[in-house]
Amino acid sequence: MRLFLITLASASLALMGADSTAPVAKKDTLPSTAPKPAERLEVPPPPFSDGIFPCSTCHANQKPNRTRRELAFHTEIDLKHDEEHRWCLDCHDADNRDTLHLASGEPVPFEESYRLCGQCHGEKLRDWKAGVHGRRTGNWNGAKGYLLCAHCHNPHQPHFKALAPKPAPRPPQRVLNQQAPK
Amino acid sequence: METEIDDPKFTRRMFNTGATAAGLSFIMTACGPKRLYEAPQALLRQRIQEMEEQYKENLDVNVKVSDAQPIPGVQFAYALDLSRCIGCRRCVYACVDENNQSRDPQIHWIKVFSMDKEKGVDFTNADPYYHPETVPEDGHFYIPVACQQCENPPCVKVCPTGATWKEKDGIVVIDYDWCIGCRYCMAACPYGARHFNWTTPSIPKEQINTNTHYLGNRPRPQGVVEKCTFCIQRTRAGRYPACVEVCPVGARKFGNLLDRNSEIRYIIEHKRVLVLKEELNTVPKFFYFYAT
Repeated sequence: MRLFLITLASASLALMGADSTAPVAKKDTLPSTAPKPAERLEVPPPPFSDGIFPCSTCHANQKPNRTRRELAFHTEIDLKHDEEHRWCLDCHDADNRDTLHLASGEPVPFEESYRLCGQCHGEKLRDWKAGVHGRRTGNWNGAKGYLLCAHCHNPHQPHFKALAPKPAPRPPQRVLNQQAPK
Repeated sequence: METEIDDPKFTRRMFNTGATAAGLSFIMTACGPKRLYEAPQALLRQRIQEMEEQYKENLDVNVKVSDAQPIPGVQFAYALDLSRCIGCRRCVYACVDENNQSRDPQIHWIKVFSMDKEKGVDFTNADPYYHPETVPEDGHFYIPVACQQCENPPCVKVCPTGATWKEKDGIVVIDYDWCIGCRYCMAACPYGARHFNWTTPSIPKEQINTNTHYLGNRPRPQGVVEKCTFCIQRTRAGRYPACVEVCPVGARKFGNLLDRNSEIRYIIEHKRVLVLKEELNTVPKFFYFYAT
C-alpha cells in the first residue's frame, strides 16, 4: 500500500514537473507576431460618397425594380466592372438596401465587402488576408491597419487610375565650391 | 663601411623616443573615443546627449536621438511587388522627409528605374529620369532600388575604419562619427545604394524629422556616407518603414524573416521571388516578387 502511495506521489510530481517545464520549452520557438486572420477584420469605415448612406433613407419608400435599365438617379456611376454580365442588384441587396449580398443571397454589410469581392477574386482575398495584397500601415509586429478593397479600387470601376509621378531626381551636379567646410 | 645602426643620424635616443611615442599613441588610441558599436551603454548615452545638444546649438531644433537596440529573434526583410509598382516616386519623397536627406544638393536613398517590358530586368537600359504626365507608361515597368541590406555586405568589408557594419537584426548601419568619407563603400556597393554628403546637407528647419536614431536618420555632417536603414528609428519601435506606409498601390512589404506568419515569409513561400545580382553572393534581404 505504502509503495503504491509513493509511486502515485512520484508520478503526480513528475506530471507537475512536466507541466511546469512546458512554458519553458515554448520559449525556444519564436513567438508569432503576426495577428491571426480573424473572421471579421478591423477596417476603417467604407468610403461612401457624401450623404449617400444609409441607402434606405430614399429606397425605403421605393418598390424594388429588378429589371436591368438605364438609371434615372446615380448617374455618376459608370459601371466598368464586367458590365456586360453584371448589374447593381448582383452586389447590392434589393430587400435591404443598406447591405450587399453574396451570390448565395446571404446579406453582407458594407464593412465586410471583401467577402463579396472575394467570391470572384479569391486569390486576392487570400493574399489580402495574409497582408500581401494592398496597403498596410501600423506595426510590422502588432496591430496592422487594413483597408477595404473599395478604399483603393472604385467598386464600379476597379482599374487603378494613372497617377502623376513625383519629380525625377536631378542628374549629378558639381557642388564642390558651393560651400566651405565647417 | 658603416652599417645603418652605427649611422650617427640614427641614435639610441631616437630609437627610444620613437618607441615610446609609438607605445603612447597606441595606449591613447585604445583609451580614446570608441566606435558606437563597441561603446558601453553609459558612454553611448553620453554621446547621444552630446549629439542632441549639438543639434540644438547648430540647427536650433530639438532632435530626439534614440538608441534602440536590435530586438532578439528578429531579422528584417523587405519585399517589393514588381507587378504592382507604378513608378509614382511617392516612396522616394516619403523617404527624404522621414530620413532627413539633403534637399540641395539632392540625395535620394531610393532610385526608381523605368524599364522596358520587352527587355526585362536590364539595368543597362533603365532610365531613372523618366518624367511622363502620368504613370504607369505603356510597355514599361518600374524597379525601385535602395540598400539591399545584404547578409554578406561588400561595403562593410572595404571600410578602413570599421564605421559601417551589420547589426544583429540584419540592418547595415553607418557610424557617422567614424566615417572618414573615403567612399570605398560606395565603390564596393553593387547596387549604388550609398550616397555621399559633398556639402553640409541642407534641410529647411521646419522639415527636419526630429524622431531619429543614432545609426539612422539623425542629421548628418558634411563628408560622410549615408544609406537606407529600413527606417531603423521606426522599425525598431515596431512600425513599418515610411515607404511601406506611403505606397499607394501597396507594392511594398516588410516584416520579420524569422516569424513564419509574417508577410515576408508568406511571399517567399508562395510567390515568384528574385533578388538583384544574385550571382555576386551578397545575399540581399530585399526581395522582389510578382504577386500576379
